[in-house]
Amino acid sequence: MAETALKVEQSASALEGLRSVAADWSQDKQAFPVPWGKAMMWIFLLSDTFVFTCFLTSYMNVRISTTEPWPNPSEVFALTVGGAHIPLLLIAIMTMILITSSGTMAMAVNFGYRRDRKRTALLLFATALLGLSFVGMQAFEWTKLIVEEGVRPWGNPMGAAQFGSSFFMITGFHGLHVSCGVIYLLVVAYRVLSGFYDRKGTYETVEVAGLYWHFVDLVWVFIFAFFYLW
Amino acid sequence: MSHAVTQEHAGHGTASATHADGHQQHPIKIYLGIWFLLFVLSAFSYMVDYFHLEGALRWTLILVFMFLKAGFIVAIFMHVAWERLALKLVILVPPLTLLVLIALMAIEGDYTFLTRISSFVQ
Repeated sequence: MAETALKVEQSASALEGLRSVAADWSQDKQAFPVPWGKAMMWIFLLSDTFVFTCFLTSYMNVRISTTEPWPNPSEVFALTVGGAHIPLLLIAIMTMILITSSGTMAMAVNFGYRRDRKRTALLLFATALLGLSFVGMQAFEWTKLIVEEGVRPWGNPMGAAQFGSSFFMITGFHGLHVSCGVIYLLVVAYRVLSGFYDRKGTYETVEVAGLYWHFVDLVWVFIFAFFYLW
Repeated sequence: MSHAVTQEHAGHGTASATHADGHQQHPIKIYLGIWFLLFVLSAFSYMVDYFHLEGALRWTLILVFMFLKAGFIVAIFMHVAWERLALKLVILVPPLTLLVLIALMAIEGDYTFLTRISSFVQ
């Protein structure tokens, strides 16, 4: 009797294996008392942290190991404005734009929780617009580098060949994140404006979108420090 | 605990602006202050390059300004400072393993450099 029960239990356990895992994770208990979207966004951002750190670490590795001189970013990214030669000007402007957009995003989240529909939407559109101008400047920067300076992923006239591949990989992946973020923010902004979150009863989606956007700004802080300033 | 569960199941129809579980509501003043600080710190980082600071001073200042900016963004803008410890640990502990990768790749880079110098550079 006991043996039969054991057998039944074993075959059942084989069948129920996945189901029990699902049950455990979906039980009426909560490890993280935050909206699920927020927890999932954090998990995604955590994985993205690893991706970007891998890029920056490989950049560090090739920069340490190259015997050629590394092109001076301060000079490579300099702009001449009205006859004055200003080092790293475009990058400084891009940094300021991204920080401005982070500020408008933080305010959007704040007004969202205040249920101020119009201001939230307006700030989200402003954030998306700033993000778009960032991508535009990046397109300008890439064009200048490729067409005028002759930088290619496999070489450049200024020094170590790894400069190009590191640059295109790192800033390209970051630019992709900004571009996706702009689309994401426009969708959320449209939904805010249409009253979607009022009907849903919560504006937490705005905060989740904010997490993504602040993360993009955060990554730029590290790229700015390690790629452009170092 | 039961409070959180009730809130989840009741939907968010009654969620107030000062909801304690996961809803982040803070004075605008804090955001404006941090926003301003980020501008100042970015300007400082740019100044490091503009005034051509070199060597250890340059690298130290770059890292200090970088970590301050990153810290403010994560703590305030991303609300981590107000999250519960369980979530904070999930967010902040795993990236520490990356320090191992960085250390290994720095050593590896040095080794490759020395090999190239001794074997391939005329």
